[in-house]
Amino acid sequence: MKKGCLISIIIGGFLALIVLGIVLWGTKAYNGMVTMSEGVTSQWGNVETQYQRRSDLIPNFVNTVKGAANFEQTTLTQVIEARAKATSVTIDPTKMTSENMQQFQQAQGQVSSALSRLMVVVEQYPELKATQNFRDLQVELEGTENRISVERRKFNDVARVFNTYIKRFPQNFIAGMFGFQAKPYFDSVEGAEKAPEVKF
Amino acid sequence: MIMRKKCWYLLTLTLLLYTLSNIKAFSQDIPERPVPPRLVNDFAGILNSEEVSILERKLVAFNDSTSTQIAIVIVPSLNGFDKSDYAQRLAEKWGIGLKGLNNGILILVKPKTSDSNGQVFIAQGYGLEGAIPDLTCSEIVDYEILPSFRAGDYFTGLNNAANTIMSLASGEFSAAEYGQKAKKNSHENSPIGIIIIVVIVIAILFGRSGGSNNKHISTGGLPFWLLMGSMGSGSGSHSGSWGGFSGGGGGGFGGFGGGSFGGGGAGGSW
Repeated sequence: MKKGCLISIIIGGFLALIVLGIVLWGTKAYNGMVTMSEGVTSQWGNVETQYQRRSDLIPNFVNTVKGAANFEQTTLTQVIEARAKATSVTIDPTKMTSENMQQFQQAQGQVSSALSRLMVVVEQYPELKATQNFRDLQVELEGTENRISVERRKFNDVARVFNTYIKRFPQNFIAGMFGFQAKPYFDSVEGAEKAPEVKF
Repeated sequence: MIMRKKCWYLLTLTLLLYTLSNIKAFSQDIPERPVPPRLVNDFAGILNSEEVSILERKLVAFNDSTSTQIAIVIVPSLNGFDKSDYAQRLAEKWGIGLKGLNNGILILVKPKTSDSNGQVFIAQGYGLEGAIPDLTCSEIVDYEILPSFRAGDYFTGLNNAANTIMSLASGEFSAAEYGQKAKKNSHENSPIGIIIIVVIVIAILFGRSGGSNNKHISTGGLPFWLLMGSMGSGSGSHSGSWGGFSGGGGGGFGGFGGGSFGGGGAGGSW
């Protein structure tokens, strides 16, 4: 009788230890996911900042180009329109899906391609290219395009770390339990999203 | 027995292929961080050892006094990368600048060869984007680096660029002030003006003979536009203040600190 009691206490203690271990591990995994998810969100902020920076540069750039005598209007209008459209597409970083990511990329991709068409047209205006103002803006724009691609790459990196973590066994149980979703990626090589060639 | 032999062949072949693929991947990659750490890395061999050590000493001393890390990396090839992309990847991989402060800057050079253009790019860490904006990087490339590089004088271009970057990073003058002076100089380089400046510079150098030796060496590296600008605007406080950086520095470079780069900067080719 006494012996049976002792055995059940030992077994009970052992089970309690296992449960405690699981709970501790679960907490750690959960907290890890929260931290990583926040990292992805803040990196998304960096991506948006750079797109915003480009968006802010465009009016200035368009005005400078407009100043050149009888500059072709269609390409300018396309840039302005694409920019206006892109500013209306934003993503709530806590509710990222591959669909709204796709929309965002498409809208920004249109700005990129409109800008690169503009750059091709600018080639025909050597006196505009020679102005200091244009060259300064061109440097700024080029730097912004580089920053966009760097921040996008960094976003994909942190998203990949998060996604790998939540999809692996046994963290996938915790992720499923608390509804952690995989983050969408930026397409790395999509024609329209490539940084436009702003080099002369 | 034959089976066994076949197995061995297969194994050797696999190993060989594996090694080859590794070598290939390695050569196409960004160079590894130098061991021991150095700020001036001439993988293309365009500087002589004396020039390398002058630059290294100057940059190490600047790092010791301000914690800002300015690295010069000269590579024989960009391995198919765009220069801005290569610069960002290398700077991030090496971690130029301190973690958190991100106060690193990289001057990347791909020398001109008979069959390819020379490329140069200045990339600044996140922490220096304000002090040295892209536009300023572009001005440094246009006004300090390219004129010397076109003449085949890599050392002078790099030395002038390093001096300007140090002054900008330590807040000696602002990016806007630099831009004005650089542009002004590029417009008004009449020979008489330069002669006058040379005379003034010599006068100043001789006038200050009482000072420490360091001052001479570093003031000698002052670009003309700066002297002209400081003479013209009456704010003569710039000159001679680099004496503190060239104080020998004692030991070598302590190592890169894990700074991060956002893709900013500007470059040029010749």
